[in-house]
Amino acid sequence: MEPVLQIQGLKTRFATKRGMLTAVDGVSLHVDQGETLGIVGESGCGKSVTALSILQLLPKPLAHIAEGKILFNGQDLVKAKESVIRDIRGNQISMIFQEPMTSLNPVFTVGYQIMEPLKQHRGMKKAQARQEAVQLLELVGIPEPTARIDDYPHQLSGGMRQRVMIAMALACHPAVMIADEPTTALDVTIQAQILELMKKLQQEIGMAILLITHDLGVVAETCHRVMVMYAGKIVESADVGELFTRPAHPYTKGLFDSLPKRGHIGALPTIPGAVPSLLHLPPGCAFQDRCTYADKQCSQVPPWQEVHAKHGVRCWHPLEEGI
Amino acid sequence: MTLGYISRRLFHLVLIMFGVSVLVFLMLRMIPGDPAQLLLGEFANPEELESLRAQLGLNQSLLTQYWIYLRNIIQGDLGNSLRSNAPVAGEIWVRLIATLELSLAAMFIATVVGVAAGVLSAVKQRSFLDYASMFLALVGVSMPIFWLGLMLIYLFSVKYPILPMMGRITLGLEVPEMTGLMVVDSLLAGNGQAFLSAVKHLLLPSFTLATIPMAIVARITRSSMLEVMSKDYVRTARAKGMAESVVVLRHALRNAFLPVVTVLGLNLGLLLGGAVLTETIFSWPGLGRYVVDSLAGRDYAAVQGCILVFAALMAAINLAVDLMYVFLDPRLRVDE
Repeated sequence: MEPVLQIQGLKTRFATKRGMLTAVDGVSLHVDQGETLGIVGESGCGKSVTALSILQLLPKPLAHIAEGKILFNGQDLVKAKESVIRDIRGNQISMIFQEPMTSLNPVFTVGYQIMEPLKQHRGMKKAQARQEAVQLLELVGIPEPTARIDDYPHQLSGGMRQRVMIAMALACHPAVMIADEPTTALDVTIQAQILELMKKLQQEIGMAILLITHDLGVVAETCHRVMVMYAGKIVESADVGELFTRPAHPYTKGLFDSLPKRGHIGALPTIPGAVPSLLHLPPGCAFQDRCTYADKQCSQVPPWQEVHAKHGVRCWHPLEEGI
Repeated sequence: MTLGYISRRLFHLVLIMFGVSVLVFLMLRMIPGDPAQLLLGEFANPEELESLRAQLGLNQSLLTQYWIYLRNIIQGDLGNSLRSNAPVAGEIWVRLIATLELSLAAMFIATVVGVAAGVLSAVKQRSFLDYASMFLALVGVSMPIFWLGLMLIYLFSVKYPILPMMGRITLGLEVPEMTGLMVVDSLLAGNGQAFLSAVKHLLLPSFTLATIPMAIVARITRSSMLEVMSKDYVRTARAKGMAESVVVLRHALRNAFLPVVTVLGLNLGLLLGGAVLTETIFSWPGLGRYVVDSLAGRDYAAVQGCILVFAALMAAINLAVDLMYVFLDPRLRVDE
């Protein structure tokens, strides 16, 4: 099957005062229809920048896409005109963000904000768009949608606001939804509700989801496949079950080891050191300074290798044993 | 918007005006010496002094005096001018309208040009346009008004005589007075020639008066827009596929407008009371000049009246600014 969205060798750079910084360094991925692909990694690993690159929402003029292709329905979005991208945004590819508290415009009602893409992309008149917005609010589980539609964002809780964001993202039945840490700012019970909602809606609409998160629990619950990012590069990629049972990259294993486990007493293990500055990356593998398996070979750029079927890793010494 | 909030604010306004009236009343009484002597000068004869004291009620208790004073101003009687002997209220009214016309025109120019320049600078940050408009804003703030006014007169009235250099309308063009605002009245009367003349007369003084607020508004708009443009909801608007003009003018500007409204309100207050230089240069018969002339002529009744009017205007502008806030930002609608 042809993937809905495909990224090939994406490089996104930021011009900083201390020099050019490559936040996303040669990322390739694809998402199929109806599939959820997770991208996991620590803050600053480039996962959000990857997401923003797709719809070219990067902060201008600081950031730009230096190389690579982003193929959507066979069209390269990197080379597409602004007007073409604008027609895709919120229409065929939509996006929800981490902070529901600040992602909605405080001076417009939630109804107005949901109606905007309906009017823009689907050419609806006001009354029709309003009707559709009520249905969308109902779809995402907001009680009394006919009353809530005239509320301002500040009158809703964080969980409700994220539901509004989702309603907005779903408005035009997109082929792909990019969710950038959609549950990070919410408390755990609300988090579960939102994830459940996204799963349910995905099955109904059949859209692909690109889920960006740092939370392995969220990945386990919602994703079909997962990619692990470190310092701007994909370091491991596998189906969720495979990755959780047989992580091959020492970094991935380190992430799993640092999760709390049932019956565990005492301090959790951590990955020593910190993420290196993107301006001063060591030659070769970016993880070598924090890796217990590192040797001389690691100062050479590690190749991408398939350790199992559909399970790739960027490491000289992929782990064999599993968990 | 809630009526409760407005009525509460109107009640505050009454309290403020009451306080101001006490201060203004005490002003004359606190000046050392005999107010009657002060008013009439040191060569006044005793009979005149005595009759003025009686007229001003100075032989009565302070409380009674204040009561009379308060009763008078509530009835719109601000006393008679010592120079012209005409009622101060009427004199102030005519000049207030002239000043209002000038100030509103200046605020209009300042808002339109200032906001446009600020938005463009923010959107095209660090471009030539940005640097150029911010440089002009700096020049606008730093330029002495009287110098700018004189230069404009020299350029547009003397060297290239296309605009009049003084007055509100060409002599001989009569407009029936309805609002007192020449531009509006001539328009209401359907008198095209008078309208054109009134606008032409307004251009130079209002532009002169607008330079400083225009520059301030441009700078505030720019910094406020820069802040708002980096907000998450602006990114959301873009992610929805909104055109850049919609993102900037609808989603960002509406949010960025709050500090601009504050500055506009403050400046309108300043313009109403402080257009002295501009009014003098362009012989504009406004309130600023009236205050200065009254001060120079020791016309206490006129000065007192002006202070009351300024205070009322300031309070009204503040109220308008606060109501504007509530209109612009739904989070401030506390009563709901």
